[in-house]
Amino acid sequence: MTQPSVGLFVTCLVDLMRPATGFAAAELIEAAGFRVEVPAAQTCCGQPAYNSGNTEDTRAIAKQVIAAFEGFDYVVVPSGSCGGTLRKHYPELFAADAAWQARAESLADKTFELTQFLQEHAKSNEKLLAWEVAATYHDSCSGLRELGIKGQPRELLSKVDGLSLIEGQEAETCCGFGGLFCVKYGDISEEIVSAKVADIDKTGADLVLGGDLGCLMNIAGRLKRLGRPTEVRHVAEVLAGMRDAPAIGEPDG
Amino acid sequence: MDSTTRQFKDNARGALDDAQLQNALDKLGRGFPLKRLEAAARLPEFERLRDQAREIKNHVLDNLDFYLEAFEAKVEAAGGQVHWCADADAARRTIGEICKAAGAKTVTKSKSMIGEEIAINDYLENEGIEPIETDLGEYIIQLRREPPSHIIAPAIHLSMGQVEETFRESHADLDPDRALDEPRKLLEEARTRLRDRFLGADVGLTGANMLIAETGSNVLVTNEGNADLTYSLPRVHIVIASLEKIVPTLEDASTILRVLARSATGQEMSVYTTFCTGVRRPGDLDGPEEYHVVLLDNGRSKLLGTESHEMLRCIRCGACLNHCPVYRSVGGHAYGWVYSGPMGAVLIPGLIGMDEAAHLPNASTLCGRCEQVCPMRIPLPRMLRAWRHKLYESRRTGALGRWALEGWAWLARRPRLYRLIMGLGVAGLGMLGRRRGRFRRLPLAGGWTGGRDLPAPEGDTFIQQWHKGARGDASGERLRRRGR
Amino acid sequence: MTLPRDQILGRLKSALDRENRPPEAARARLRDRPAGLIPERGQGAPADRLALFAAEAERVEATVARIPGPAALPREVARYLAETNQPPALRAAQSLADVDWSSQPMLKVTGGTADGADNCSISRAFGGVAETGTLVFLSGPDNPTTLNFVPPTHIAVIRAADIAGDYEAVWARLRAEAGGGAYMPRTVNWVTGPSRTADIEQTLLLGAHGPQRLHIVILDDDATP
Ligand code: SF4
Repeated sequence: MTQPSVGLFVTCLVDLMRPATGFAAAELIEAAGFRVEVPAAQTCCGQPAYNSGNTEDTRAIAKQVIAAFEGFDYVVVPSGSCGGTLRKHYPELFAADAAWQARAESLADKTFELTQFLQEHAKSNEKLLAWEVAATYHDSCSGLRELGIKGQPRELLSKVDGLSLIEGQEAETCCGFGGLFCVKYGDISEEIVSAKVADIDKTGADLVLGGDLGCLMNIAGRLKRLGRPTEVRHVAEVLAGMRDAPAIGEPDG
Repeated sequence: MDSTTRQFKDNARGALDDAQLQNALDKLGRGFPLKRLEAAARLPEFERLRDQAREIKNHVLDNLDFYLEAFEAKVEAAGGQVHWCADADAARRTIGEICKAAGAKTVTKSKSMIGEEIAINDYLENEGIEPIETDLGEYIIQLRREPPSHIIAPAIHLSMGQVEETFRESHADLDPDRALDEPRKLLEEARTRLRDRFLGADVGLTGANMLIAETGSNVLVTNEGNADLTYSLPRVHIVIASLEKIVPTLEDASTILRVLARSATGQEMSVYTTFCTGVRRPGDLDGPEEYHVVLLDNGRSKLLGTESHEMLRCIRCGACLNHCPVYRSVGGHAYGWVYSGPMGAVLIPGLIGMDEAAHLPNASTLCGRCEQVCPMRIPLPRMLRAWRHKLYESRRTGALGRWALEGWAWLARRPRLYRLIMGLGVAGLGMLGRRRGRFRRLPLAGGWTGGRDLPAPEGDTFIQQWHKGARGDASGERLRRRGR
Repeated sequence: MTLPRDQILGRLKSALDRENRPPEAARARLRDRPAGLIPERGQGAPADRLALFAAEAERVEATVARIPGPAALPREVARYLAETNQPPALRAAQSLADVDWSSQPMLKVTGGTADGADNCSISRAFGGVAETGTLVFLSGPDNPTTLNFVPPTHIAVIRAADIAGDYEAVWARLRAEAGGGAYMPRTVNWVTGPSRTADIEQTLLLGAHGPQRLHIVILDDDATP
């Protein structure tokens, strides 16, 4: 029997900024019994254009993504925000185009955010890894509110030996990234991420985890500017036991 | 009022630098959401009630004409009068005429956002009639000649010291030795001042949280009781309400009231919920002899069936403000007009124009918390996106941003070229940033690097590496190989 | 020139395609007045309902006393005023005219509306709602609205039997008692606790413009024990 195929939509940020997260995701999906493919035709999901009101370009990009990924059994995205774009917003884009809408919907139906996918398909319940660390989890907004990602990463993390999760009081509060918002309204964004960092500080955690690289870069950027030793990683890296990779914003080696 | 919405960025900068305001906003951000959660937890039916509240308002919007006509008939049957006003100017003039006909010198007012929307106070003053705000917070900001900074807590931005200062400046005969160093003493001072004003007013002007078609009633919700002194003491009661405030029946009003206070302040029910119907009845010892409802459209009828249609469900509870990371960072005044927060960002462009308010729909992270807590389940992020679309289509988005975005989108549609250019870019940045792992400063990234470092890219892109055959393995091997 | 009324209604009607879509559902809603979801919380047996009413009212800083019947009211009022160090004077609503105050000769009881100088008023609530500890007052010649708001202390008298589980039950009773006629008095007041404000630095203070103290006296006469 051939393994079902997963098209990994790696997202532009992971592709460009942090391939480590992509490799971790691929490895986890493979370990769950799937064949991973990475179409070279992928660039970005189009969210920056979509959230800027540029619907026309978004549609063009969406068509490209749909065409590149509709052949797989599943599409997995290591980001709640890009996953949300594929699942929730692509179908909305083609309200006036039945043929493309049908294709968008069928893609949406088989698209999953990484932890959601793993939680459903991961093979074993044993503690596979050991990672002795006090961590806290930041719930990225789109994942949380568009896709309902909350329990999945936590359950997956509960299988990591030695990892204790300390919940921040404001875990569900936005970090201030917001895509282009963080550069267009940098002052406000900075204030919001400062509040986020204050909440992280309160947990006393040494490691901040999350499922969206944008938020994580934002949080790491603020933590580093403040000189905090707190490390920041994508949840996939921990689940894949990728201890050697420097944390986000840390120097190599 | 004049707007400063165009200067949103400067307003925001000022707000961020105002330590006292930041204090107040911190308190608000910690208080209201927690109380809302507690109230919701005490009522297992809360989420289903929200669904019902949404359905009631949806039904109302489908039958707005019918319910308004039914309402009007009931108001008239109870001895009152409905005045239909197409815009702010018509509403101001109508109110002015009623006041003049009543020979009014002073008008007591209970807080009304519609009153703010049509800037009724300025108008009355110009006509030689003195408007007196009676909600404590609203009274304070009236003395300071400021707009409200929150739709249900208008003076939330002020400190005790600022209130004391305001009272000392405005209450001419206030004994300078009298201590006003506690909230209780400030309240006593305001309460005493306002007592006489209540008793002496010729007209009472209130807003309406709802209008009820079944009975011709207006509903008033307060905690202070100021609205009740406003309508029950003077001879004339004027209600100013926008037309989407209508609900069908007392039952429907009750359902909406069950979600209103819980969402707004986390109370189970506000202290005073009042249903006023027409004029005083034969034999009544108190109550107004005239009852006027000024029914304001001001653009609302044009929203039916548009992207903003669902905004007409809004019951002005303020939950979206209390949970908004942007509101909680900059407060209400930064928005530059009478509304603020997510509901303001959706409403204001329609009310004062897209040119004036171009910033507001963009100044949001679209985090979605507003929609999550909105008792009426208004999809605020979707509406903000709809405004962004309109702004973009009408070329009101900044030229540089547009050009960059379109250039990037052009590239994103050409995967090979994208890969080439982006690959070079991240390789360069990766080299530069490898030693520290991040940048403190980078050309064109000032918005980001003002207060944050920018994590550096690893070097090669994921897709380059993957297609060169790199694969994951639990040892982290590929990470050591990466980019070397 | 079209009147603004017709202009606005015309715009609504055309946006809603009224010509082709008669408002049948709305007509039915006004006729049938369907109740929405009623929270379970207030739906217990009468004794539980009463207990819930008192607990909810106390939760929002009202005080509650239960007495056997109207005959015990003067004593309870005198006790309450003495306990809270208030002068023994009252502005009483006509709705309590059947109360014989003579057992408490110290109490000075007057009628009429509140004039701003009174310290304490007493009036009768038409109903109560256990769900949130809410009192419902109807305005009328025998129960002027100002009594509920002007004096700093308000004593509300309510029969145990008039305490319902939910708001809807109170509306139903109001309509039923009108016997098919107009049922809304000039003013219906729902009162849930004493007046308050948090407008100064989010500090909660009781007694903003309305009463600072709300004392609820429940008359148990015909309540099931
Ligand atoms: S949009 Fe929703 S949350 Fe915001 S004020 Fe209106 S009803 Fe309340």
